[in-house]
Amino acid sequence: MRPSAFPKVLFSSAVAVGLGFAGQALAQAPLQLSVQNHHFTPAVITAPAGQRFMIQVHNLDGTPEEFESYDFKVEKIMAPHASIIVPVGALKPGNYAFFGDYNPTLAKGVLRVTPGGH
Amino acid sequence: MLASLLIVFREVLEAGLVVGIVFAATEGIAGRTRWIAAGIAAGAAGASLLALFAGALSNALSGEGQEYFNAAVMLAAVLMLGWHHLWMADHGRELAKQLKTLGSEINAGRASLMAMSIVVALAILREGSEVVLFLYGIVAASTDGPVALFLGGIGGLALGAAVSFALYRGLVAIPTKRLFQVTGVLLTLLAAGLAGQAFATLAQVGAVPTLGDEIWNTAWLLRDDTLIGRALHVITGYTDRPSGIQLLAYGVTLAAFVVGGKLMHRAHERRNRPILKEPSNEHA
Repeated sequence: MRPSAFPKVLFSSAVAVGLGFAGQALAQAPLQLSVQNHHFTPAVITAPAGQRFMIQVHNLDGTPEEFESYDFKVEKIMAPHASIIVPVGALKPGNYAFFGDYNPTLAKGVLRVTPGGH
Repeated sequence: MLASLLIVFREVLEAGLVVGIVFAATEGIAGRTRWIAAGIAAGAAGASLLALFAGALSNALSGEGQEYFNAAVMLAAVLMLGWHHLWMADHGRELAKQLKTLGSEINAGRASLMAMSIVVALAILREGSEVVLFLYGIVAASTDGPVALFLGGIGGLALGAAVSFALYRGLVAIPTKRLFQVTGVLLTLLAAGLAGQAFATLAQVGAVPTLGDEIWNTAWLLRDDTLIGRALHVITGYTDRPSGIQLLAYGVTLAAFVVGGKLMHRAHERRNRPILKEPSNEHA
């Protein structure tokens, strides 16, 4: 291999790897959720049944919050202005409640699991 | 105010149930109050530190630091409970006998006391950091009546402590002969529940396989989010939708405690058997 060809090879393999990761990330892009003024937006998120997926939660408040669900067994603390990603196990179709454990009366939401994911 | 009282009460109760059981399990052992108080203080100090670094911990290990830390804390508690369990299998009967006849405190089991002290510290570390974060959140969001909310939090703390004390008093009302048997069962269930929860947490971040996300669902009977559900969760490891790995860890820990305790007890009996006559009845 000529020395000048090396960066090119490196670059194209980096692109290939990058695309590979992008494709993978796209296939399992986490569901987006944010909490602001102790309210979830959107208040209802939808996921397909029977497969694992991720939920990314952004805490836009200046106070800590705990993203919690008894229904799909998640409990994770969010620092002020921090984001977390939680994996969720394969679920059966139905409605699954989640809430912010530090403001349970305000921060409430529903995860709707449907056979097709819509 | 009521909301914050309830939230703090719930978290305090989760750690408090453990403290109540540990207090009963060390009844009559000299110096236990000092050891357990040290555990409570260490746990509270650790919880405050943990709350301070919650953000950093959360971001550690590519966002899974919190899960690994919690699992490690729970598994450490299981080990300490195991140590105490084996020690009690060896000495429990003498302890109960002495306690009954002497009616005074017994100078024994420094190592076991240390294990119990660590169990208390770990329980408070885990639940306490949530209380600290919650109270911090109240103070930080100083718009919505922080004083009332804070008072509610203090009320929750007092109420949680009161229920834990009631549990302790209820347990030590059990006749001395049976007390350590009952606390032994409670601590075994506690350990099994912690092991199950630790592995469920590890499965959540993909460190171990889940072996089935939901083996059964008893939410129709008792939901995890009820007060009884939560109390049973702490004491027995109950959860309405257990995963496969959770049940496996629960079962393995339970079996290890029962078998380990039996073996230890048998070894103890063999060691302390009075030699009255030669064992001559060997029908091979």
